[in-house]
Amino acid sequence: MKPKNSSSQLKALVVDDDRVTRMTHEALLKKVGVESLASVENGKKAVDLHCNGQSFDLILMDKDMPVMNGVEATKQLRSMGIRDMIVGVSSSRGAENVQQFMDAGLDHFYTKPLTVDMLKAIIDKI
Amino acid sequence: MDRNQSRRQVAAMKQSLFDQGLLDEQFIQLEELQDDANPNFVEEIVTLHYRDSSRLITSIEQALKERNPLDFNKLDTLMHQFKGSSSSIGAKKVKAECNLFREYCRAGSAEGCMRSFQQLKREYAALRKKLEAYFQLARQAGPQETACRSK
Repeated sequence: MKPKNSSSQLKALVVDDDRVTRMTHEALLKKVGVESLASVENGKKAVDLHCNGQSFDLILMDKDMPVMNGVEATKQLRSMGIRDMIVGVSSSRGAENVQQFMDAGLDHFYTKPLTVDMLKAIIDKI
Repeated sequence: MDRNQSRRQVAAMKQSLFDQGLLDEQFIQLEELQDDANPNFVEEIVTLHYRDSSRLITSIEQALKERNPLDFNKLDTLMHQFKGSSSSIGAKKVKAECNLFREYCRAGSAEGCMRSFQQLKREYAALRKKLEAYFQLARQAGPQETACRSK
């Protein structure tokens, strides 16, 4: 089991097709002390990073993205044996949508917009 | 105008944007991410939003012209993206117009979509102008304590 790290030792990946959201989530992560960050604009790029050997402690995964959406990306990552904490972050609130996303293999789901307090709660669970 | 007076004007202008229902809590969240390392974070984010969202506006306009019949699924998808982008800067009224547009998409109402899109564009342009004025005044006033929470 991974020891509980301070946030500065964590490595996070932001997956979202909206540039403003990527920048905001990066700033939020820096605010809670995460120093090692990457961000990509769709699920396929997230999967590709892992195929190239990268690993992360936390992935913030949007649901609706072109090329490969968050549901599909999460399924693929889990089928590859990836055990990173994957947190779904979406503005889609419907129970069915959330359940579909959770069933893909999320550890947690939060409705956008993400806040500092939500992120601190997420990091405490890593 | 002295600096304190300028800062009071900036704070008053910002409060007015909240009082008019144009901005919501998300704008405050963005301000709380602004610091010495990122002193212009909010303005950068808002500028980026307007740059990216204007392309979505064009795509929606284009899709509304393809009228035989209107592709409501496509319109709804585009508006979902646009709403997400607007939400990320706390554009409260614009977000509400997005929701209305999406309701018209689900109802299959072409006229409703056209009408609500015209209103959305007006709200979008109005907020953009007000935010530009706000940031211009804020730059003149110089750095201040950020994130005065509105009631």
